[in-house]
Amino acid sequence: MSVRKAALRVVEVVVVLLLVSFGTFLLVSLTPGDPAVAILGEGRAPEEYAAVRQQLGLDEPLFSRYVDWLGSALTGDLGTSLVPPYSDVADRIGAALPVSLQLAVMSLVIAVVISIPLAMWSAYRAGGRVDRMISALSFGILSVPSFLAGLLLILVFVNQLGWLPRAEWSRISEGLGPNLYHAILPALAIALMETATFTRILRNDLIGTLQEDFILSARAKGMGAVHVLVSDALRPSSFSLLTMMGISLGRLIGSTVVVEYLFALPGMGTLIIRSADAGDFVMVQGAVLVIAVIYVVVNGLIDLSYGYLDPRIRRAHV
Amino acid sequence: MSELVDLSTPAVDDPGQLPPAPEKAPGRLRGALFTAVGGIGLLAALLALGNRGWVQLLAVVVAAVVLYLGAANLCRLRFGTDFDLMAWLCGAWLVLLVGAAILAPALPLPEHQDLSRAITEPTMARPNLLTDHPLGTNNFGLDLLGRVVYGARASLVVSIGAVLIALVVGGAVGIVAGYFRRVTDVVVGMVTNSLLAVPPLVLLIALATVLEPTLRNIALALSLLALPSMIRMARANTLSFAQREFVVAAKAMGASAPRVMLRELLPNVLLPLASYAMVMISVLIVAEASLSFLGLGIQAPEPSWGNMIAEGQGDEFKEHPHIVLVPGTVLFLTVYSFNLLGERARQRFDARSARM
Repeated sequence: MSVRKAALRVVEVVVVLLLVSFGTFLLVSLTPGDPAVAILGEGRAPEEYAAVRQQLGLDEPLFSRYVDWLGSALTGDLGTSLVPPYSDVADRIGAALPVSLQLAVMSLVIAVVISIPLAMWSAYRAGGRVDRMISALSFGILSVPSFLAGLLLILVFVNQLGWLPRAEWSRISEGLGPNLYHAILPALAIALMETATFTRILRNDLIGTLQEDFILSARAKGMGAVHVLVSDALRPSSFSLLTMMGISLGRLIGSTVVVEYLFALPGMGTLIIRSADAGDFVMVQGAVLVIAVIYVVVNGLIDLSYGYLDPRIRRAHV
Repeated sequence: MSELVDLSTPAVDDPGQLPPAPEKAPGRLRGALFTAVGGIGLLAALLALGNRGWVQLLAVVVAAVVLYLGAANLCRLRFGTDFDLMAWLCGAWLVLLVGAAILAPALPLPEHQDLSRAITEPTMARPNLLTDHPLGTNNFGLDLLGRVVYGARASLVVSIGAVLIALVVGGAVGIVAGYFRRVTDVVVGMVTNSLLAVPPLVLLIALATVLEPTLRNIALALSLLALPSMIRMARANTLSFAQREFVVAAKAMGASAPRVMLRELLPNVLLPLASYAMVMISVLIVAEASLSFLGLGIQAPEPSWGNMIAEGQGDEFKEHPHIVLVPGTVLFLTVYSFNLLGERARQRFDARSARM
């Protein structure tokens, strides 16, 4: 990818981020009625409403409020929560983010580790019994929403077998063992749907790659099936897997939010849902902004990484 | 559309398609045997094994699979190897569901919403087809069959409404952007990218924070979710048709831009868009269910599949998993049916997969 193209992409990311931040900012203005009444409830002293309005900056014009808000957001100040204990939004997000990131990364790793061998097995005997079973199963799994998958896992591993806990969490700082013990079940629930998606995409790509001449020549030289699949076919087939990771990242974040709530883990999902429930717009605003920024930046990085992974793209666009 | 169908790609290149069934003709005897054993087993499991819990559930699932294998076998013999029993079953399920949802007030269902009228009913009764509550009751004695049917009303109205809004608005914007290109396209692309820059569920939660959870508002919020991909889809299909001969011919004969878009492009773009809308419905049903599960969507006691699952996920889940499993199964079957039918329709009508 040429420098000019990369620069254009960066500009696009920045513009999108500005639009998104404006949309997030509008969240409070979208509230029907007076936000101060919505926060405090009816029948309070007028001064109290005025104080809340001033805290939200509602007495200033929209655009200058946006500039102020964006300015302080850029310096890491996302405001103060509107409901007790009135904590600092940035601090709360800082505490919640690692939990969500760990779950998301763990589930991605699980999905990739499971889907690669499954896709290879499927593609190598395309149309066979195993392939048809894996295809049917993965299509079925795609129709199981993540909270349902989580509940089924809880049913088996927590309620029936009693192997794993629900509604408990321990941070990595308290030791890796207990941390993984608490994280594995929610991560599996999130990973299930991604595994199915990745398997299907990689299988189709592998089938295409396995018909190429260089695979034939590798086979003619006497390479075994595993060697051909792992060292020759996997890399050229992995690009749409990467694209798919980018596309399914939004769904992955959504699943993480729901599954965290289901397992009552102290991550971004639980934070955002509790705040939404309590009408804490400022907290929701900050959390949405942070998630959107991460999402847009990661997607931009994935776009940029194609050129480094696939020399053909790099040359084609120079 | 026949030329598009003929151009469609073989199975291996298309991500959605299941691999083809084996060529050899299946045995008639085996098919008949499987059907008979599966059918009898299913009936026996449903009726005779009442209140056995897991054993019954396992027996029902196994018998249903055996019955399906046998019936699929027989159907392939009777109607040819292309016969897709699963697609027909999915269609039948959706017809049943929509029919029940429309006719719900006229059906003799036990109380589904009013707690005071369910006060004499057994609470948390297990599903048993031979009782007054074939799918059991919840923690308040409300009938789960009734709640599932009324929940289907809410889910279907909200998601289908949202998809229709997205189809009309997104289709129009996408065709305009794809036809005029240049500045229009860039601006539309920016706005779509910004909408896509917030993960769907997070966008939905953010909107739910500020909007009243009425059916109309939920449908509007969901349509915002479906909009960007609809626009992209319409735009991509418009691009591939805008260069074709019939469009060039229409322009050469002096057709105005609105006429070209309405009379030449729209009929061609509509089919792939409509089949995509099918898949989108299932995505939105899941989104609505997730939102209601989180307590931000349709509010209890009005039933929706999401809040029914939320109802049973707490302490009751260990002793009475059926409160979760009944709406969960219905949700799964519905999403699966829309996915499968949408996928089949997309393979036929999407210009982009046909062009490859």
